[in-house]
Amino acid sequence: MILKEMIGSHTYTFNSIKEVLAKASEQKSGDTLAGVGACSKMERVAAKEVLARLTVGEITENPAVPYDKDSVTRIIIDDLDRAAFEKVKNVTMADLREWILAAQNGDIILEICRGLTSEVIAATAKLMGNLDLMYASKKLHIEATCNTTIGGENVLASRLQPNHPIDDGNGVIASTLEGLSYGVGDAVLGLNPAIDTVESTINIWNMLGNLRDTFQIPTQTCVLSHVTTQMNALKTGAKADLCFQSIAGSQAALDAFGVTVEMLEEANAMFRAEGSAKGPNVMYFETGQGSELSSNAHFGADQGVMENRCYGLARHYKPFLVNTVVGFMGPEYVFDAKELLRAGLEDVYCGHMHGLPMGCDCCYTNHMPTDQNDIENLFILLAAAGCHYVMGLPQGDDVMLMYQSTGYHDVAAVRELTKKTAIPEFDAWLQANGIWVNGKPGENFGDPTIFIR
Amino acid sequence: MKEYKNPEQMEVLKKATPARIGIGHAGARYKTDAYLKFLQDHAAANDAVFEEVPEDVVKSIGVFEVKTLCADKQEMLKRPDLGRLFSEETKKEISQRCKHHVDVQIYFGDGLCSPAIAANIPDLYGAIEAELRSQNISLGTPFFVRYCRVNTTRTIAPLLHAKLACVLIGERPGLLTSESMSAYIAYNPRPDMLESEYTVVSNISRVGVPPAEAAAYIADLLIDILDKKCSGVEYHARIRE
Repeated sequence: MILKEMIGSHTYTFNSIKEVLAKASEQKSGDTLAGVGACSKMERVAAKEVLARLTVGEITENPAVPYDKDSVTRIIIDDLDRAAFEKVKNVTMADLREWILAAQNGDIILEICRGLTSEVIAATAKLMGNLDLMYASKKLHIEATCNTTIGGENVLASRLQPNHPIDDGNGVIASTLEGLSYGVGDAVLGLNPAIDTVESTINIWNMLGNLRDTFQIPTQTCVLSHVTTQMNALKTGAKADLCFQSIAGSQAALDAFGVTVEMLEEANAMFRAEGSAKGPNVMYFETGQGSELSSNAHFGADQGVMENRCYGLARHYKPFLVNTVVGFMGPEYVFDAKELLRAGLEDVYCGHMHGLPMGCDCCYTNHMPTDQNDIENLFILLAAAGCHYVMGLPQGDDVMLMYQSTGYHDVAAVRELTKKTAIPEFDAWLQANGIWVNGKPGENFGDPTIFIR
Repeated sequence: MKEYKNPEQMEVLKKATPARIGIGHAGARYKTDAYLKFLQDHAAANDAVFEEVPEDVVKSIGVFEVKTLCADKQEMLKRPDLGRLFSEETKKEISQRCKHHVDVQIYFGDGLCSPAIAANIPDLYGAIEAELRSQNISLGTPFFVRYCRVNTTRTIAPLLHAKLACVLIGERPGLLTSESMSAYIAYNPRPDMLESEYTVVSNISRVGVPPAEAAAYIADLLIDILDKKCSGVEYHARIRE
């Protein structure tokens, strides 16, 4: 295999497919930190030229981490649809890119995608501009069902994130009622707990569940503690719909989260059998470019490839929700607004290509040179790209995790601008409560006191 | 503007959380007051990260200053690997100006929050120092590290032959406070130590754990860690026994 490209009088040579993939990536500070990114713009282009000539088969044969050393690689390879792979194994990446962009029917793309490894899907993104990513992403219709069904035509769903610095019950309820009054919460009512104990997880879960039942809100609930804490909570009496876990793209990086694929398998089976949701999709995963590098478990691969391997792992469990937390890792991985926007578009496109109901926590930390305007831009681009859901927080400010995301108001404004709605049953509930009426704020919009009896 | 159906209840809800609720709306957008308040809080947080600690603040604390291999704040944010290392000259300077073979080496770092130094160090360090001296613990020479990451401990402690290092460092600001700092404590820090060997005391600020209160806690912790000869996960396992 010849991995070189001559541009002008200079020949760029690459030692491995892993290196081609890394150097073909758009600029990310994390790839520079890892020492795997392109050293110049021209080297990046040269790598893209080489990548365009590689075939699906060649990239498939070179996973980022060897099959016998990594449980994530094994899941990705073992889950591959061999018939679909056979159809495209000799296709070059240049031709695959054009076929994806030209295809009229998203379902046919998704059928072929079942024969593509995460590395191959990551590679297609490296040959796409931002608008290419949006254009391809929008064609892919992916539905999943927990209590309600996400992914319908023209639906823009939202997770209500009512975090509180010390998990105070009244505080959590206050933020939840406020969010509901802005039409947020159709994807999930989901709290990141400050305290990761079984007892606290049960209390919050049942509190959210009771609230949901009292007001007959068509949605699902989740407390995002560690997966083992959630399993114990379910065993000891939590009314629990969705099972959450942060995941990463290699076995070693999963280790850093204290997670194994066996654990995820067990959780999925347990929540399907004993959880309070109808299902069949009962898992919720979060990802984010850079987490593998942060635990030094990236195996010399770029963060785009490692992020895709998260999606390869996620699709094994047929989750209800997956979202990238695109700006949470910090500026050493995703530096500024340009990198953030790019990473968000890549992640949602690549998640969709894995057949996942893909959302995005459009967010940033205060040590990034970014602000609310930047994530508002990303949000509206993702809405146009068919992103399944975003986060809704009180004015976008997370008072527990200390970062900023999209606000309750933002979800409403983008729905209005793009003529999208909440998940149909939830939308009907909003109409009935005078919160969101005929695609606009209703008379009770923004008034959580309507729920106080 | 529409009122809440039940304005008293809105006040009850607002009291239950520091989150930005009950802020009203203009169409599906923020009201002007809420919008500007958010901008103000974000500006404070962002400035806290990107501003430099003024030299006169370092002088007023009465310590000397060194800097890591980072050229500026931008590089410090992008390259945490450089934010833990020093040039040979800097290492020589630290070695010459500080006491060696001490029990506890404390130093200060800007980290991700410059205002945390002026806001906390005077009350925090003074009280830790007094308590350790009263217990006859030998204490190293304090100094300030610009563009400092936590992992500077891995260089500084071996350089000065200190048994234990404690860096008091600015922590990533949220919108609620932009003056917060943490203490990262490691027994026998060395280049190949694990992250899990750190014991951390976080959220030190006027609105979190006040510096004087934090100082008493940190001093006790330092003495106990010296006694148990381990920090981090191992220390926490030991005290649970």
